[in-house]
Amino acid sequence: MSSSWSIYIIVLTAVMIVGSFLLLFGNRTRPADSEAKTGHVYDGIEEYDNPLPAWWLYLFVITLVFAIGYLIAYPGLGSFPGMLGWSQTGQWQAEVDVAKARYEPVFAKYREMPVEQVAKDPEALRMGQRIFANNCAQCHGSDAGGARGFPNLRDGDWIWGGSADAVRTTLLHGRQGAMPPLGQVLGEDGITNAAHYALTLSGTLPAGAESAAGEAAFKSICASCHGADGKGNQMLGAPNLTDDIWLYGKELETVKHGIRNGRMGQMPAFGGQLDADKIHLLTAYVLSLSPAR
Amino acid sequence: MSEPERIPVHSFAPAEVGEIDLYQKRERIYTRTVEGFFQRLRLYTGWPLLLGYFCVPWLQWDERQAVWFDLPARKFHILGLTFWPQDFPLLAWLLIIAAFALFTVTVFAGRVWCGYTCPQTVWTSIFMWAEQVTEGTRNQRMRLDQGPWTANKILRKSAKHGLWFGVAAATGITFVGYFSPVRDLVVALPTLQANLWEVSWSLFFTLATYINAGWLREQVCMYMCPYARFQSVMFDQNTLIVSYDSKRGEPRGSRKHGEAAREGLGDCVDCQLCVQVCPTGIDIRNGLQYQCIGCALCVDACDSVMDRMGYARGLVRYTTENALLGKPSRLMRPRLVGYSAAVMLMIGLFVTVLLSRVTVGIEALRERGQLYRESADGSIENVYTLKLRNMSQSAQRVRVGVAGIEGMELLGDTAPRLEPGEVLALPVTVRVARGNVKGGKDIVFDIVAQDDPGERSSAESRFLAPTGP
Repeated sequence: MSSSWSIYIIVLTAVMIVGSFLLLFGNRTRPADSEAKTGHVYDGIEEYDNPLPAWWLYLFVITLVFAIGYLIAYPGLGSFPGMLGWSQTGQWQAEVDVAKARYEPVFAKYREMPVEQVAKDPEALRMGQRIFANNCAQCHGSDAGGARGFPNLRDGDWIWGGSADAVRTTLLHGRQGAMPPLGQVLGEDGITNAAHYALTLSGTLPAGAESAAGEAAFKSICASCHGADGKGNQMLGAPNLTDDIWLYGKELETVKHGIRNGRMGQMPAFGGQLDADKIHLLTAYVLSLSPAR
Repeated sequence: MSEPERIPVHSFAPAEVGEIDLYQKRERIYTRTVEGFFQRLRLYTGWPLLLGYFCVPWLQWDERQAVWFDLPARKFHILGLTFWPQDFPLLAWLLIIAAFALFTVTVFAGRVWCGYTCPQTVWTSIFMWAEQVTEGTRNQRMRLDQGPWTANKILRKSAKHGLWFGVAAATGITFVGYFSPVRDLVVALPTLQANLWEVSWSLFFTLATYINAGWLREQVCMYMCPYARFQSVMFDQNTLIVSYDSKRGEPRGSRKHGEAAREGLGDCVDCQLCVQVCPTGIDIRNGLQYQCIGCALCVDACDSVMDRMGYARGLVRYTTENALLGKPSRLMRPRLVGYSAAVMLMIGLFVTVLLSRVTVGIEALRERGQLYRESADGSIENVYTLKLRNMSQSAQRVRVGVAGIEGMELLGDTAPRLEPGEVLALPVTVRVARGNVKGGKDIVFDIVAQDDPGERSSAESRFLAPTGP
């Protein structure tokens, strides 16, 4: 706020308060013998212009005195910050501090515990579930069963690795899964053949002429990420194509679409909004979802 | 009203027009203490209620306060029952029943609520008693107020206000004690450990009690209470009201003790005692007035005078307008019977609903992010978050089920244990073989307490599937 605006608001507020005082006390009495009326007439009924009863008058006075006190104590007069130094962010920080102090013992209990052990603690898992519901369920589903394009976290199949460290890294820093578009490289027939070949790896489609034609292209292009045997590469986030788990669906057209146009999978980083204690609990919760290895 | 023309009309028109005060100045009322049947009745009905008010917060029930309105947790504990926000209609019904009970009593006996049990009256009486103890009788109080500020006056006045504040503080802290455990509160307040809410509400109710019962008194009844203003619509000619029998009393006039009534004089000796004992400062001989709170102290005062004079009691008594006019008076009448029947019916329903309250609850929230998904084997899955409530005071193991579609499967923890008062958010997956549902179908989740199959509840939701094959 520029200082001229600030002064404008201060002057306006002061004039309003003083004006209210003057208005209030200017109308306090009326001449003894006058039958002053307000001039309002409703159906022939007129209204006396009587002063306010004392209790009412003093209620107004109290509000005015309160206003002055409030404007001194709290921000309100232009850019004057108030004597108490109150601010919205200050209040927010105070509430956060209170919450931190309150939940600190709960988090401290699990901080030194290895993730694998936390994943077996029912109390910790309930907390983990609540953190999951607030932050992860939007994409992965409340039951962590995933959705088209968002991995199922309960099937034991990991694109970026299922160790505690890998999951923690995923949560903290996010992941960028990039399948490059190969439409230009392969041509439409090449796409069809490569898709057939990819689908035979998991037995989703039986082997045939098209898959045989696609094998060479797969070995030369796709294998650099998905591996010669199609088992994928967790370092690159290249999915295993042999396990009949399909992130975007296993229909032929869907797979062809993926080869032609590529896929961009994005897991956002949560290191910025969840502190280490919550990431710890969340890691344990996510690990607890997988079938025992 | 009986023959109002006998009541002399006093003109209060100012002699000359000067600075007119437009608003009525309160005239301080100095009530005289009186003893009698109705005063004792008031004492014996008032004390148990008062003791109840002060003692109930101190009762314990299973490690917690027996009556505790826990606002932050949104749970009202009353003995073995815990009420949740879902039970709010019960409170509304309770208040409606209370209102109807008040109407019934008013139709029958006028404003006895005001005179005997209203907190405004009860606390005002306590404060009047404090006044009596510190400043003396009516005449002593009047002399004290008119006299100069002596050490004696200052001492008596400060003793009175000290006593008032003591009672007010006990009242205010007890009231807050219903909402914030009183055993902790009475320790926390003097040691400055109480939180801002506890302190400010205790102060508020202390001040409100002090001002209401000490200073405002009858003005609350006359100017603030709506009940005083709408009583007339509930009164009829057969309602019991405190009345002066003007036929018998008029013409009033003083006479020597023991002297037989002088020729032409009625029974009223015009001693003004009925006016002096009135807590709202009215003269009951002017007939029924909106200020009358039906406390019957004037009845006691008049009866004591009648006894001394050797006249029959009941010159001022509970009677009906019809009786005063010499007409037949009927206490049982359709209006009263109707009100009573309505109150009885509502109480019956209320108790039935209260006793059949189910302690488990379920809400089904369908996943917002997706319509459905296909699992690896091609079946269709929908995701729901179930909110399971245990509203009882013990832990319960419950069973969760779903129905509505042939061969549907419910995946997730279907037999969770719920702590007392817990609301558990339980994510579940419903799986249906592909083709069993096209488009969508309504389904019903239900929850049953494993130990008590009577405790069950259900929630509707919808299962969505592709419309194609």
